[in-house]
Amino acid sequence: MRRHNWYLRLGCLLTAVMVMFSLVGCFWTPYDPSALSSTDRYAAPSLTHLFGCDSLGRDIFSRVMQGAGTTLSIAFAVLLLGGTAGLVIGALCGYVGGAADALVMRLCDAVAAFPSILLALVVLAVTGPGKRNVILALGVLFIPSFARLVRGEFLRQRELDYVKAARLAGVRELRIVFVHILPNTLPVLLSGVTIGFNNAVLAEASMSYLGIGVTPQDPSLGYMLSEAQGFLMRAPWYTGALAGTVILLVLGAGLIGEGIRARMGDGT
Amino acid sequence: MNTLRRALLLLAAAALVLTSLCACGAGGTEPTSTVPATAQSGELPTEDPVEATAEPTAEPTPEPTPEPKRNSVTVGIAQDLDSLDPHNPGSNAGTSEVLFNLFEGLVKASPDGGVVPAVASDYTVSEDGLTYTFTLREGVKFHNGAAVTAEDVLYSLNRCAGSENEGTVLVPAFSIVSAVAAPDEKTVTITLTEPNLEFILSVAEASIIPKDSGSQMATDPVGTGPFQFVSYTPQESLVVKRFEDYWGTPAKLDEVTFQVYLGSSNTSAMVMALQSGTLDMVIHMPNTMAPEIGTDFTVLQDTMKLVQALYINNAVEPFNIEKDGVKVGELIRKAMYYAIDVPAIIDFVCDGAGVATGTSMYPAQQRYFMPELAENYAYNLDMAQELMSYAGYPDGFDMTITVPNNYEQHILTAEVIAEQLKAIHINATVEQVEWGAWYQDVYKDRNFQTSVCAISASDMSAREMLVRYASDNSKNFINFKDADYDAKVAAAQTTLDQEEQISLYKEAETILNEKAASLWIQDLCELVVLDPELEGYTFYCTYVLDMSTIGFKA
Repeated sequence: MRRHNWYLRLGCLLTAVMVMFSLVGCFWTPYDPSALSSTDRYAAPSLTHLFGCDSLGRDIFSRVMQGAGTTLSIAFAVLLLGGTAGLVIGALCGYVGGAADALVMRLCDAVAAFPSILLALVVLAVTGPGKRNVILALGVLFIPSFARLVRGEFLRQRELDYVKAARLAGVRELRIVFVHILPNTLPVLLSGVTIGFNNAVLAEASMSYLGIGVTPQDPSLGYMLSEAQGFLMRAPWYTGALAGTVILLVLGAGLIGEGIRARMGDGT
Repeated sequence: MNTLRRALLLLAAAALVLTSLCACGAGGTEPTSTVPATAQSGELPTEDPVEATAEPTAEPTPEPTPEPKRNSVTVGIAQDLDSLDPHNPGSNAGTSEVLFNLFEGLVKASPDGGVVPAVASDYTVSEDGLTYTFTLREGVKFHNGAAVTAEDVLYSLNRCAGSENEGTVLVPAFSIVSAVAAPDEKTVTITLTEPNLEFILSVAEASIIPKDSGSQMATDPVGTGPFQFVSYTPQESLVVKRFEDYWGTPAKLDEVTFQVYLGSSNTSAMVMALQSGTLDMVIHMPNTMAPEIGTDFTVLQDTMKLVQALYINNAVEPFNIEKDGVKVGELIRKAMYYAIDVPAIIDFVCDGAGVATGTSMYPAQQRYFMPELAENYAYNLDMAQELMSYAGYPDGFDMTITVPNNYEQHILTAEVIAEQLKAIHINATVEQVEWGAWYQDVYKDRNFQTSVCAISASDMSAREMLVRYASDNSKNFINFKDADYDAKVAAAQTTLDQEEQISLYKEAETILNEKAASLWIQDLCELVVLDPELEGYTFYCTYVLDMSTIGFKA
């Protein structure tokens, strides 16, 4: 008996829409996102300006499109960096075990013991704000969570019969790790990725909101939110549009994660 | 089901985080201060503690509360004090306007921009303008209880003229002081090496402090002003209380706390703090914030008495280039001036309420202000592009605008300028830095390319606004060098003819405009926001905050 997995469907749909929205924003926006207009200051949402205009008369819809692109690209880059490094470290630690494993894992624990935002703030306070620094800081801080996730799965899998069989058959160790075991950790990894994606989006937004993330040149959702806060009463649609976008982004990925989890629950 | 619950939990958590963030931003009650800042805190214990912490802003108690009389206020300021020493030569306007309440010179600034006698009860100037004779006022006391003597005054004046700190002149105007003396207990004379019509205005900056107390000023400032020092926590607050033995009209408030709000979006933090009752008063609020503040406060509007500009470091590329006798740097600066649309900037940043200045002078200095200069570089892209081509930069260049991140109006201005300069292919990057870093790197070390900020004057003399751009002046942070200009301000300073001085200063202003030493923009518009129960705010023509006249309505 197979139930419809609405979480997964809804999540995929939502994420696809949001990714499209921001992808398009990278190449085309209805208006130039940074073009000023003294006549459109604080213009309310209308058919010409879907989400209204901000204090400098810039079209908020265009800015949100662009901002979502910045935020998404940072989130993906962070995932790629943290995920890949975490995967390799976790896989090797989990498979090899022993003293090296213990050492690396304690190191990960040490990093994970601090709230990641706090650590990222410290790193950025030293390196200075900017897109690349945000990606680096967050990426490194995301390694431990992925490493631990993957390691746990590897610990479990390496005792399974198919691994033992492969080993007896003389398959090279690296091949066992990356070709035999890795695909089997995919479901766990995928839900980890969706959670990581959400964390990355929120972390980037918070940091930019606190003024220590990206620079005004490539505005992200968080940076614009800190801008919008200044005229919450005069142009509430600005805050609304940004908050809505963040919520939809996070909700989409969250639903996918939930869907994957539900599916795995069905399968075993 | 599960997801829904989780989503709700997440939302609740987010709300909690937000409220706690707001609380951090407000930062009003640090553990060291035991005095409740607001009247409302008296009723806190009766409330449910959980509710009180979760929603501090939710219920702004609709009816005016006739509380047992509180008589202290908390004022929000946008920058930390860089020193409590009134003679600190590097002091910025935001610091001196606060210290105005603690210290007084022989004379002090008056609202109309002149000076009135303070520690001295009277003064006379000799015919040749070289000798100033001050008669000390009877019964003036320091905050420590000691009476002010001629010795204290001599010590203070000598300190300003450079008796300490390896001879560094602490108050720039005192560089022309040749001697200070006390012929008797009640008289002090200052002798100058050359006459200077504006010297008396600078005497107000030479705060009188107790003899030999210079080294302790930074930690335990003692002066003669209407308020006395209580405590100071760096980056947090300065607390002062009424000085009971003040010689003049005593202050109305018992205690004043200057609460420091740093970092970006500090204006919104201050608005929230006003609405939650943490702050009773905020100065230098951008006037665009009026709709956010709402109608529950007394809101006074004024110009800020300063000049906001895109300050250009004349000593770095490409602004310093000179090729085959052609001043390429100057051409570029002019091109940029034509390319920015000043009226539009004023619209964006001040809802149109700022005043274009065109040079380093603001309208409140009526004697010197020349409104016509603001029209010299009317927005003209063709002209700008032509100048850029002529200068050899038809395709523009990259530049950096450094902005202190605690002033939203400057950030906004920088963003607008960066956008407008795109039209002549200049790719400007706005770099926001902490106030402290900005002050050190840009203002003191002159290590910058361009910066949007504002320069104000502590008195009505043209010294702070014009003399500072003389080639070798220590405050010439834009490294402007022009022999003609130097001659004009030097002549203006020594002349004894008021009319001649004014015309010389006006010529100097015109040079700043013609050479486009920087892109002079505007005198900003600001709001002073007060608790409606407060009254007595006094507007000054200079950058001064006088808390002594403010009090609660009877």
